[in-house]
Amino acid sequence: MPPRQYTLWISARKDSGSAWFLGGLALIVIVVPILNLVVPASSAFHISPYGLALIGKYLCYALLALAVDLIWGYCGILSLGHAAFFALGGYAMGMYLMREIGPRGVYGDPVLPDFMVFLNYKSLPWFWHGFNHFGFALLMVVLVPGLLALAFGWFAFRSRVTGVYLSIITQALTYALMLAFFRNDMGFGGNNGFTDFKDILGFDLDSGRVRLVLLVITAFMLAASYLICRMIVSSRAGRVIRAIRDAESRARFLGYRVESFKLWIFVFSAVLAGIAGALYVPQIGIINPSEFAPINSIEVVIWVAVGGRGTLYGAAAGALLVNYAKTYFTSALPEIWNYALGALFVLVTLFLPRGIIGLVQGREKKPGKTQRLPIQTGSPEPSEE
Amino acid sequence: MKKLFLRSGGQWLFLLLLLASRSAGPLYAQSSSDAAFLSTVGQLRTAEFDAKDKIIDQVAQTGHPSVRPVLTAFLEGRLYYRTQDQKIFLVKAGEEDSTTLDLIDPLTLKPAGSASSDSLTKIVTNNHLRRTLQTTLARYGLSSPDAAVRLDSVRDIERDLDESNVQLLRARSGVETDPRVKEEIAAGLALAALDGSDARARLAAVSTLRNSLRQDVLNKLQGLIEKSPDGTFAESDERVRDAAAAAVKSITRRRNFYSGIETLFFGLSLGSVLVLIATGLAITFGVMGVINMAHGELMMLGAYTTYVVQVAMPSHGEISILVAIPAAFLVAALVGILIERTVIRFLYGRPLETLLATFGVSLILQQLVRSIFTALNRSVVTPNWMSGTLQVNDALSITYNRLYIVIFTMMVFAALLVVLKRTRMGLEIRAVSQNRAMAKAMGIRSEWVDAMTFGLGSGIAGIAGVALSQLTNVNPSLGQSYIIDSFLVVVFGGVGNLWGAMTGGMSMGIVNELLEPYAGAVLAKIFVLIALILFIQIRPRGLFPPTGRASENQ
Repeated sequence: MPPRQYTLWISARKDSGSAWFLGGLALIVIVVPILNLVVPASSAFHISPYGLALIGKYLCYALLALAVDLIWGYCGILSLGHAAFFALGGYAMGMYLMREIGPRGVYGDPVLPDFMVFLNYKSLPWFWHGFNHFGFALLMVVLVPGLLALAFGWFAFRSRVTGVYLSIITQALTYALMLAFFRNDMGFGGNNGFTDFKDILGFDLDSGRVRLVLLVITAFMLAASYLICRMIVSSRAGRVIRAIRDAESRARFLGYRVESFKLWIFVFSAVLAGIAGALYVPQIGIINPSEFAPINSIEVVIWVAVGGRGTLYGAAAGALLVNYAKTYFTSALPEIWNYALGALFVLVTLFLPRGIIGLVQGREKKPGKTQRLPIQTGSPEPSEE
Repeated sequence: MKKLFLRSGGQWLFLLLLLASRSAGPLYAQSSSDAAFLSTVGQLRTAEFDAKDKIIDQVAQTGHPSVRPVLTAFLEGRLYYRTQDQKIFLVKAGEEDSTTLDLIDPLTLKPAGSASSDSLTKIVTNNHLRRTLQTTLARYGLSSPDAAVRLDSVRDIERDLDESNVQLLRARSGVETDPRVKEEIAAGLALAALDGSDARARLAAVSTLRNSLRQDVLNKLQGLIEKSPDGTFAESDERVRDAAAAAVKSITRRRNFYSGIETLFFGLSLGSVLVLIATGLAITFGVMGVINMAHGELMMLGAYTTYVVQVAMPSHGEISILVAIPAAFLVAALVGILIERTVIRFLYGRPLETLLATFGVSLILQQLVRSIFTALNRSVVTPNWMSGTLQVNDALSITYNRLYIVIFTMMVFAALLVVLKRTRMGLEIRAVSQNRAMAKAMGIRSEWVDAMTFGLGSGIAGIAGVALSQLTNVNPSLGQSYIIDSFLVVVFGGVGNLWGAMTGGMSMGIVNELLEPYAGAVLAKIFVLIALILFIQIRPRGLFPPTGRASENQ
């Protein structure tokens, strides 16, 4: 099968998945504001500010899933620590929002956020300077996860840490960060994290309009990131990256600098995760160290697997679907949720190696027996086949 | 009322006889009858404070087995009599202020029901009496036939070294036979001699105390060499000061050595838990190439099995844990085999997908346990033979449960090595993990071996759960808190290597304990994690990397 050629411009006929995905996003951007602003609050179709925050959260998760799919589905790097980059982006945005509160905090200190007054800080720690500027905060949203990924990836890929080993040390990374951020003397609010935000760039975060705008911005960021990812994976570099996923040694023997390719796609993915976190915090109104919990990172991987890895739109769809189901089940049938989620992972990995998207596509064109998505990153028992 | 009076009269008579026999007898006659004892104690009800002094002495004279608990209770204000029938009772410790008191019979020392505090009268003491009681108890303890009791009372006496107590110790040192008690008495006398006026005696005392490891001795010696603000020393003689300085140095050095050993041991015991978890993982993760995220939950099942066994045999609390070990192994192994047969066998060769599927299994298992046992903490009782501490010397004490966990880990590890190296099943496991196709060609049922291997690894997880139930509360998320650590241990040691898991677990435990005093528990943990991430960069395949053909496929 010849590799399909992709460009930035999506052809609905050639790439129906992208068309569906972007069309769906466009629909959200159009319909949600109407349901929120035009439809009266008494109607069943009205979306409350709470509903807006919920949809906004799903979209942030979709962006995070996109980031994970880019490295897992296309490069075979299973990161079990991507929530760390998400949380770091969130913390950078949270620091700006905390500074933005100014003297309106409970203790009324003009500079120090409430928790610092509470913990007896005399002055602002050095790393808090500059976060009163929105632009600086945005820069940090990109730089902090990016630089961490750069340092981590540079060490890991250069020493050819791959497969399971890489997954486990990414998990150690997010675990270490979680423990660190739980400490009060780190200067990040300890286990309470940041909350009680007032406004962003002068706009009141409690107002429904501002939430709506944030949601639309998130949808646009998701669409833009999707297009960029699409462009990357359909470029020449994207094909090298897929080659690395399928046969890393062979790609290296052909003369490609495997480490460099892996490193920059890993950094890019971390930056996307950071942006997702930064969009998440103002909409949810809180960020605390539990966002670093290893289980969060594993859940992201699950969304991608359920949606269908290696398709980008599948990952985003998986994130929306699983999270919607989670919201529904945890309120309606809390007992059932863990069983359902657990069964979902088992069944999807056993019977739907290409995820739900694979199920939909499978009807259109049945893959031959040999045309299995090459997802394994190395097999300890190649003789088993 | 009349009856009571008559009985009291009889007791008085008995007491008179006893008093008559006293002066000629040995220091404390260790023979008596219950009646004499009771009547003597009974006098405390009505006696004046001045008279109580004597009565306390008489109580000790009886040599009754209950002397110690009764006098201790009196000292602690737990000695009461029932107003209605004047009967003496002890009250359970810690309940002095409540309205209903649990009574203890003074003769048998067994519970004797409870009574409202209004119906009881407390036998009161004052400061003078309390001092008398302390001395009497110490003196009584010194003449006890049990060396351990004697040692305790020497320690009690040392806390308050006045003239009469020194006399007491000196008298005892002449007749004492037990070397440890003798040593303790010598130390006590030396401590007293340090305050004496004879410089030569002080010098001799310092050289006696030189061999001690005790904190209070160290403090006392340090006090001697400290310079007070006006330039004088507490100790006037320079030779004694020099000797004391040398002694302080020697004691501090040896104490540091022992505290080093203690830290090392803490590290070993922490590491043992990790080793126990990681060996199970090393089998499933290493030998079979399967990342079992449900490993922690298998451990949790083992811990719950311990709890269930304990509830099922309430009258055998001391041995229920011994029954729990094989039970936990079986439960976890069976669940493990079930997981292998229904999920994992379809995913061999796809390690990352196994991770996801087993994570799903772990969620289901957690919820299952939560549905059955609720999310509440269940506590497993530690049997008596596992609690308490082993006092090696004055500077080093080791808690028994940690000691047993280290020993237990070694036993499990040794048993596992024997199974893998010396049995038919072990041979087949190793054959399949090295070369599946070849093993099959030799007639080994590789499917069956897979299931058994997974069952073995899971069973060891269950055993680790038994050990964990002794250390922490048992709850449905028990497994999660240890799983990341144990994965790191396996990765650190090198996948598929039991010795790697052993070395990895022990070194992680020790490094953690070594860092903890300097950095605090959380920072120590963070340092260990970062060190591990960096270590993997240097040795991407762990401490003991798989070699040969197997290494190419990992």
